[in-house]
Amino acid sequence: MDDQRLTERSVDQKEIKISAKNVQVYYGETHAIKDVDVEIEDNTVTAFIGPSGCGKSTFLRCLNRMNDTIDIARVEGTILLDGEDIYDKRVDPVQLRAKVGMVFQKPNPFPKSIYDNVAYGPRIHGMAKNRAELDEIVEKSLRRAALWDEAKDRLQAPGTGLSGGQQQRLCIARAVATEPEVLLMDEPCSALDPIATGQVEELIDELRTNYSVVIVTHSMQQAARVSQKTAFFHLGNLVEFDETGKIFTNPEDSRTESYISGRIG
Amino acid sequence: MSLLWIVSIVLALAVVGYFVGRQRALSTAGGDHRKLHSLPSYYGFNVALTGAVPALLLLVAWTLLQPLYVESRVAANIPAETIEAAGSQGLALTEVRRLANGLDLAVERGAMTAEEARSLSTDATDVREQLGEVGVALGSNVSSETLSLAQRYRSISAIGTTVMTVLVLGIALAGTAYAFMKTSPTFRARNTVERGVLMLLLGAACIAILTTLGIVLSLIFNTIEFLRLYPAAEFFFGTTWSPSFTGRGGGSELGILPLLWGTLYISIVALIVAVPIGLFAAIYLSEYASPTVRSIAKPLLEVLAGIPTIVYGLFALLTVGPLLVDVFGDGGLLGVGWMDGGTAVMTAGLVMGIMLIPFVSSLSDDIINSVPQSMRDGSLGLGATHSETVRQVILPAALPGIVGAILLAASRAIGETMIVVLGAGAAARLSLNPFDAMTTVTAKIVSQLTGDADFTSPEALVAFALGMTLFVFTLGLNVFALWIVRRYREQYE
Amino acid sequence: MSDASIPGPAAPATGKKSSLLELDARTKRRNAAETRFKAYGIVAILIGLCFLVALLVAIVRNGAPAFTQTFVTLDIELEAEAIEAAEASVVKTSQYRDMIRAELMGRMAAEGIETDMDANTLGQILSSSEAGQMRDFVLENPDRIGETVTFNFLASSRVDGYSKGRVTRESLERDPNLSPAHLDLVDQLEEAGIIERTFNWSFVFGADASDSRPEQAGIGVAMIGSFFMMLVVLALALPIGVAASIYLEEFAPQNRFTDFIEVNISNLAAVPSIVFGILGLAVFIQLVGLPQSAPIVGGLTLTLMTLPTIVISTRASLKAVPPSIRAAALGVGASKMQSVFHHVLPLALPGILTGTIIGLAQALGETAPLLLIGMVGFIASNYPEGVASGFLDPNSAMPAQIYEWAKRADPAFYERAWGGIIILLLFLMTMNLIAILLRRRFERRW
Repeated sequence: MDDQRLTERSVDQKEIKISAKNVQVYYGETHAIKDVDVEIEDNTVTAFIGPSGCGKSTFLRCLNRMNDTIDIARVEGTILLDGEDIYDKRVDPVQLRAKVGMVFQKPNPFPKSIYDNVAYGPRIHGMAKNRAELDEIVEKSLRRAALWDEAKDRLQAPGTGLSGGQQQRLCIARAVATEPEVLLMDEPCSALDPIATGQVEELIDELRTNYSVVIVTHSMQQAARVSQKTAFFHLGNLVEFDETGKIFTNPEDSRTESYISGRIG
Repeated sequence: MSLLWIVSIVLALAVVGYFVGRQRALSTAGGDHRKLHSLPSYYGFNVALTGAVPALLLLVAWTLLQPLYVESRVAANIPAETIEAAGSQGLALTEVRRLANGLDLAVERGAMTAEEARSLSTDATDVREQLGEVGVALGSNVSSETLSLAQRYRSISAIGTTVMTVLVLGIALAGTAYAFMKTSPTFRARNTVERGVLMLLLGAACIAILTTLGIVLSLIFNTIEFLRLYPAAEFFFGTTWSPSFTGRGGGSELGILPLLWGTLYISIVALIVAVPIGLFAAIYLSEYASPTVRSIAKPLLEVLAGIPTIVYGLFALLTVGPLLVDVFGDGGLLGVGWMDGGTAVMTAGLVMGIMLIPFVSSLSDDIINSVPQSMRDGSLGLGATHSETVRQVILPAALPGIVGAILLAASRAIGETMIVVLGAGAAARLSLNPFDAMTTVTAKIVSQLTGDADFTSPEALVAFALGMTLFVFTLGLNVFALWIVRRYREQYE
Repeated sequence: MSDASIPGPAAPATGKKSSLLELDARTKRRNAAETRFKAYGIVAILIGLCFLVALLVAIVRNGAPAFTQTFVTLDIELEAEAIEAAEASVVKTSQYRDMIRAELMGRMAAEGIETDMDANTLGQILSSSEAGQMRDFVLENPDRIGETVTFNFLASSRVDGYSKGRVTRESLERDPNLSPAHLDLVDQLEEAGIIERTFNWSFVFGADASDSRPEQAGIGVAMIGSFFMMLVVLALALPIGVAASIYLEEFAPQNRFTDFIEVNISNLAAVPSIVFGILGLAVFIQLVGLPQSAPIVGGLTLTLMTLPTIVISTRASLKAVPPSIRAAALGVGASKMQSVFHHVLPLALPGILTGTIIGLAQALGETAPLLLIGMVGFIASNYPEGVASGFLDPNSAMPAQIYEWAKRADPAFYERAWGGIIILLLFLMTMNLIAILLRRRFERRW
């Protein structure tokens, strides 16, 4: 199988990009994430799977401290990015999020032009010295998101006018424009039709060459198609984390097996 | 028979009708209400409603229209010299009406018999003194023509009232009897009653249309009347506002421009105060404030919106005005001497701005909250700070809605009366100094229509033309603003 | 982590690794901007709250004195002959006035307060209402002629103002109504317990007084006027508003006519209140011929003004009743009308009442339309004699009375105006409190 080959190819040792230890997340009284330990490698697509409400999205949002924006959320444990604790007091989440970009479930282009959507990140982070450089970043990002050909003639048209799949690719272009090191994707295809999903999945695979990609998905097929490593979450626990091929063919935990075979979830 | 009596009789008839109808329905069904089409009470309601509603509607319509009819009949008979003496037909008619009402009162209080009131003549008695004794003050001595007209007025009214009484009671009886006769087990009483109630509900909803119609008609007719007496070009383009105080006959310059300028200037000052404060307060409350702060600060700010405008007016006149004079006036803190008196554009504008803060802030708050959370996430996820998110994503997204809110606030400012009446001054002038006293459209409507205005002089009628202008302005602004806001809402639904 | 951080083949162009633990200069700048922006918001809210506090402080500080009043207490012997003589004279009150002044002189002499003023000049300490007050008492209680009666006469507004700190010796230099010399006497009279400042019930319950007697003016009659107006508003706006809302929310078909009604209502909600005044003047007074200044006209005008508010809030509370309730009623065979009147309406009632109370509060504080229908410019000095006269006789209303006082350009009346505002706000606060409690008590989450 195609996926199998991909997995095998990536077995060689990779640098650990993110390392989470003993992570607990509380929403008010609810203990949403329990004792999660996970190591995410660079230049790898890591998939988080599990039934709805299992905490996979919550954990994803810990990785760039998006949970800070929710008043009642509380995170314990350590999460290291390149060996630095991202929950350290000295860390500014703003600077962190520039390194750890995020793409959301529903395409959420800003009510601005396509150009301004992509240029938004570079502008706020001051990445371009002049207009020409900015143009270059925008073009590069759109190309990387495989949207350039469709969008190059209407860069000033509003981003909201694109189709759903195009919007999501625009959001990905927007995220890669800030040149993050890690790209978090929270069910990026759940609002898309199969064709658009295929395009985005292809894109994710390409992005792997530059970034560490973490994708949350509720589609096991998608996880199998795009990822090299898979983590299975259940009721806030990380049940199993291994090579994607292993998880889908020979899981160790019975819960993983039940989920994969469709008995729970 | 007084109105109150007629209404009571009709209502009493309805109550009786209810019980009789219910009883008849039951008895025709042989006491077994299961044989009836509807519940027994519906038969009762049917009789009661059929009796009372048409009769009461006729009563209301008649009461509204009778004075019109009577006046037109009497007005046609006012001799030319009486009109001349009174100044205009309207004034003459007012005198007649006042005298007629006086006579009514005198009869009611028992100062004279009905017969005496009918046969009264100016030769025999001093009508003014006689009415004065029962507490009716008449402005001048009563001429014989006026008296006879008043007597005619009374007699037509009396006939009208009698006819009305008979008709109303007749209709009530006929309706009751008709519905009573129709009561039978197969009669679909519930459907009939529900149709009737639906009509009543529809009627209530139509009051809104009638109100708008009333506003538009009363403004239009009087405005046309005004424009017959005063050239339209001078009204719309005149730069001087100086109504003559004698009222009658010329000498008045009634240009609306200084008033519009004052209105606009004060509204602009108010918006300059209210928009930044209201907008920043809304941003803070919806984006930054903790739930506790929000739950305290928001209602406190909204208290400002619940305070009656007369309070703001007094605050402007007695607190803010003197304070501003202390700062900007002659020998004030700044020593600039820009301000002569407490009433000024600045005073009224500032206070009106305070009044509008909660208006701007709660509307903007709603609008900012309706920007989807995914926008914020998208921006924060890219590493934007919260303020960058607000300024570069949320505000542009909310802009149309906020513009709509500001336009609504502007329409409020333009239509505000009490603050400008008390705080802005009475002098109509075209000046750029915000510390000058100026006046507004609303303030002049008040000053032209309070007191015993003669509703046939251009000085009083101009108020209706001003009202028309105000109405058109605020309505246009509102329709436009609501349209913007609605389009904005649809965008995110 | 590893020192083997070899940049990937296509690593980001600016790929120099920066530590998360150090803030770069740009982030510091951006954070400063963030702090500033947040501060603007706090400042805006604080300014708003400051305005609120300033307003409330101004109201309380200026209005509180209106609730106390300076009185002159005198014991006067009602001699039969003197009263007969007074009643026989042309200006009947003048001799009563002489009696009071004589008593004041006598009392001062007894207390050892010396003055070279004559009785008339001295009498300026008293309100000019004193003689009427005494005569009224005598006419009402003829059996007490011959006894010695204790009267509490109002002090003149200048004396009252002096005791409240509004009037000073300097401000009286050119005042024809009172001289600084009077104030020395007032100080002494106060020490002797003849002049005293006590709580002033007659401000709350009394009638308005003429321009020259601010010390006598009260807001009681205007309060009655407001009360009758609110009765009219409640009796008309509530049923009509609820009926209209039921129609629009439950029965109205989707068509142009319904849209037209809706547009009308939303526009009426934004029409300036003064335009409703014009409507009231043109329709109720000019056309129908209802009496000017009558509470019924005010009530009708305010009804039309309040209707949109009530309709909007009633529709919101009808909308909040879930469709499942309607479906349940229809499912057991109730007609549409029955489902609305038996189930939806009772459930929406708390919300409707809350909206109505807020609408009433708004109407109670409204002034502009009342000016046009003539509820100002005269002195509302008599209580209505009955229900009919309450609706039909000229009266004022609280906000109109406040405006009237504010216009009289006399600090003594300004004080009354502020005091009137305190009373008006107390009413509004009570109404809003009831509305909030209703909402809390009956709020239902579906």
